Amino acid sequence: MKDFKVKKAPKLEKLSDFPMGSSCESFNITEINAGWRVFKPVLDVDKCVNCYRCYLVCPEGAIHKNNDKFEIDEDFCKGCGLCAHECKVNAISMIKETK
Amino acid sequence: MPKYDFLNGNEAVAYGVKLSRPHVVSAYPITPQTKAVEKIAQFVQDGDLECEYMHVESEHSAMSCAIGSSSVGARTFTATSSQGLLYMLEGLPYASGARLPIVMMNANRSIATPWNIYGDQMDAMFALPTGWIQIFVEDAQEALDMMIQSFKLAEDHEILTPVMVNMDGFVLSHTYEKVQIPEQKDVDDFLPEIVTAPHLMQDENPMSMCISAGNKHNMEFKIKQHKEMEKAFEKFEEIDLEFEKKFGRGYGSAIVGYCHEDAECLLVTAGSVTGTAKNVVDKLRKAGKKVGLLKLRMIRPFPIKLLKELCSNNSTIGVLDKNISFGYEGSLFTNINSALKQNNHIGETYNFIGGIGGRDITPENIEEMFDVLLGNKKAEKISFYNMRCEL
Repeated sequence: MKDFKVKKAPKLEKLSDFPMGSSCESFNITEINAGWRVFKPVLDVDKCVNCYRCYLVCPEGAIHKNNDKFEIDEDFCKGCGLCAHECKVNAISMIKETK
Repeated sequence: MPKYDFLNGNEAVAYGVKLSRPHVVSAYPITPQTKAVEKIAQFVQDGDLECEYMHVESEHSAMSCAIGSSSVGARTFTATSSQGLLYMLEGLPYASGARLPIVMMNANRSIATPWNIYGDQMDAMFALPTGWIQIFVEDAQEALDMMIQSFKLAEDHEILTPVMVNMDGFVLSHTYEKVQIPEQKDVDDFLPEIVTAPHLMQDENPMSMCISAGNKHNMEFKIKQHKEMEKAFEKFEEIDLEFEKKFGRGYGSAIVGYCHEDAECLLVTAGSVTGTAKNVVDKLRKAGKKVGLLKLRMIRPFPIKLLKELCSNNSTIGVLDKNISFGYEGSLFTNINSALKQNNHIGETYNFIGGIGGRDITPENIEEMFDVLLGNKKAEKISFYNMRCEL
């Protein structure tokens, strides 16, 4: 499985910067967009067994593997809680946002 | 010794497709295309062609399947006609926008209503702005050969644009001719296996396909597609030259002139009527009249520059349309008039409309058109031929 973090939108300054057809690597079309979150997922890396389940179910593509550890991209996580619900070893808990 | 057979246009197309070894054929039968997809199905059934033949439930599904299979890098063919083309029309810009090298045969047929299964070229005109390369063929041999050439053109990594080959319904699709069937090994040399283009679906390089692009970027995507389509002219010629070297037959570039060099007037034709018109040109040339013909082989992208090279600036030009854009004129005429204007052409232009719904265009009709172009007969800017009643 390829580990990738969803990127920011590429800079498109010339026609040649535009992708061929309408295929390109996925990227976030929004700027940082985390304002809707009420609860945020917090990952306990000691409990995590690197099963990729959260990576696959995250509808925002906000979870990725960095070196050997999984990370949640708080800039783009909407706080839906799917990852916490789906985690079989309960390594993710939903914590109320304080800000 | 080359192998000859007595084939109709549909069968010639089926042989062309078989020799091109597609991975997937998805099609729904419709008159006058049926025999082509039936024959391909037979090839698959008999084990003569190893491919996934998908008999889908509609033309919309045929195009959708073609888009799916082409997007994973499979060589893909489909065929349709008339109402079927109109039904799959939604998928056409999807295929071209996603730069999927699908090849389609369209057996040109009338559009309802009144319902009619016979040939004219109304259907193809609906697809002009869809971003597909559009080619017209004159006979069954050209239809077979253009199948092979079209895969090479569509799949070229500089082109990556779907190709629609138009073949006149009945006049070509159901008429038998002597056709040479190339050797498989020669076709394999000419058209090697498809190489998956980098923008297509691949495990090693995951990508989003058919993305959204809002008002900030959408226009640039469209302009890029439009600009890149122009590359097809050069590649089209190059492929034909290579084909000629390999198989001993060539068809030339996007427009081909016939007796055009010293012609005072030229008739522009597309498709099978070109053959009839050439005979008329020969007859009139024998009588000392300086007439010529331009065979339009490719209407998208439109060969503006080539048109300039082929006709002298003050020649009178007639355009024979087998379609009507209701409330205006024939669509080929619109296209050619615009191109002539861009080329600063000063000669008169006339639109001759005929052959609608399977009506014959006779040599006498074409002689009459040349009479107009030579100034021997008066005609309206747009006139209709072989009508069975008064206007």
